[in-house]
Amino acid sequence: MNAAIRVDLQLIADMVSPATRALDVGCGDGSLLAYLVDFKRVDARGMELSQAGVNACVANGLSVIQGDADADLRDYPDDAFDYVILSQTLQATREPREVLRQMLRVGKRAIVSFPNFAHWQVRLRLVFGGRMPETPSLPFKWYDTPNIHLCSIDDFRALCRDMGVRIERAIVLDRASRPINLPPLLANLLGEQAVFMLRRD
Amino acid sequence: MAVELDDLTEAERKALAQCRHAVLGTERPLRLDCGVDLGPYRVAYQTYGTLNADKSNAVLICHALTLDQFVAEQHPVTGKEGWWESLVGPGKVIDPAHYFVICVNVLGGCMGTTGPLAREPASGAPWNLRFPVVTVGDMVRAQAALLDHLGIPDLFCVIGGSLGGMQVLEWAASYPARVFSAVPIACAARHSAQNIAFHEVGRQAIMADPDWRGGDYRLHQTAPARGLAVARMTAHITYLSEQALQRKFGRALQDRNALGFGFDADFQVESYLRYQGSSFVDRFDANSYLYITRAMDYFDLAGAHGGVLANAFRGTPTRYCLMSFTSDWLFPTRESREIVHALNAAAANVSFVEVESDKGHDAFLLEEPEMFRTLAGFLKGAGTVRGLKDVP
Repeated sequence: MNAAIRVDLQLIADMVSPATRALDVGCGDGSLLAYLVDFKRVDARGMELSQAGVNACVANGLSVIQGDADADLRDYPDDAFDYVILSQTLQATREPREVLRQMLRVGKRAIVSFPNFAHWQVRLRLVFGGRMPETPSLPFKWYDTPNIHLCSIDDFRALCRDMGVRIERAIVLDRASRPINLPPLLANLLGEQAVFMLRRD
Repeated sequence: MAVELDDLTEAERKALAQCRHAVLGTERPLRLDCGVDLGPYRVAYQTYGTLNADKSNAVLICHALTLDQFVAEQHPVTGKEGWWESLVGPGKVIDPAHYFVICVNVLGGCMGTTGPLAREPASGAPWNLRFPVVTVGDMVRAQAALLDHLGIPDLFCVIGGSLGGMQVLEWAASYPARVFSAVPIACAARHSAQNIAFHEVGRQAIMADPDWRGGDYRLHQTAPARGLAVARMTAHITYLSEQALQRKFGRALQDRNALGFGFDADFQVESYLRYQGSSFVDRFDANSYLYITRAMDYFDLAGAHGGVLANAFRGTPTRYCLMSFTSDWLFPTRESREIVHALNAAAANVSFVEVESDKGHDAFLLEEPEMFRTLAGFLKGAGTVRGLKDVP
């Protein structure tokens, strides 16, 4: 059992109440899943796009299937989970709005983390560099990035308003993945990524 | 008792001498899907390991079409090693030191369990083709009756590939409270038209053999060996993949340097298939082949649940792990995926792994490290939740 997980995953894990049911969409190597199972007795399931990732998770005793957020959330019945988690994946989905809708149909709550495209570094590189931004949280070239629907923290808040989704918690992280407590305008400038906990209103 | 008076075949005699059996259905017959009440009937099975004190470590292995209860030991008829010895045994993924492993010869089979070879209890006449057509559901109900007989309340895991996988699905759907975890491998929730078609070719080959005698070949002291061999040859092709055949044989010639301009086995692949066919008839009964292929054809789990597969798994408490193989065209990955979709619709706890292999459907019987790792991880995770002690 390894208790150390990435800081943003730890933040998500802290939002999940013990002994609940959770679905981690885009669970990668399963480190968040394993943490939820081992330390919070969560009935945690995963969905992962890469077959290699799935196989590694299952070989570690985790319940994971191959699938993607756009296509496969539709299968699940309403309220199947207490939480549906989507970490650093929303920006790579074809229809982020529909994915969010499905997450909040399948889960009582949704936890979403994503890189902030309005971070000052991103702004600087585009405005003064004249090039598509490449940062630690957006490490791709424009032609090979999986991120097709990038947004800023304020964009995301606007979408939640538009969808009538209640934001229960919003945590903005700086470059060192430390939570920062700033008014929205500054948070949208200084936050490198954000973690939101949502529920249907 | 009538079932004890069977004139056993040589293979059945050897099988029963090397495994356990129970005579069931004496008081309460088994109501088959076709409406016939079967009883008494004999169930031949093998076990490895011991049942723990709280009876929580039983693992049921369900065998495929032409396999049997001899999972992890030398086969009494063929002398070959057990068909899943790579997976089951000391130090293996399914270690009898930790699990009580059970494998039951299916109803309709020919390794000791009642099938067309047996005699009808009422008349004493050999069943042959008068044996009622059995289904995967019937096979599973007979296994459940055996567990009742053995006093095993529920199973830690039910595992099987192909027809074995169908049985696993049937187990989970019919006895959800008795199946803690389920591993259906390389299978489908219903037999496809193409698979039914291949089975029909095999059956027609058997029935076209003049020695089949309408199924009464034993009375005439014959056997439809040529028909059964052709059936096996056809089926065997479906168990392999184009790549595997090409890799193994290509167009290589058999014991010759040039084409023979005749119909001998010029090509290695022909010689191989002929061997597969001829060795099969020594260990398998032709009528049994008809019955078991029919059971697979009839399998349609959604059909039995109002046409909606998810209904078969509504509220299922079972943990599932499905596996398929990339080159399996008999039970391709999309069939497993359909089951996964249905399980998701039932909010079931499910894992699904597609294993990269060029060995076709047969891959589930072979050394496939990815399959072994997956199964080991899944059993470990399930064992922790089950509270199994001493499981690695």
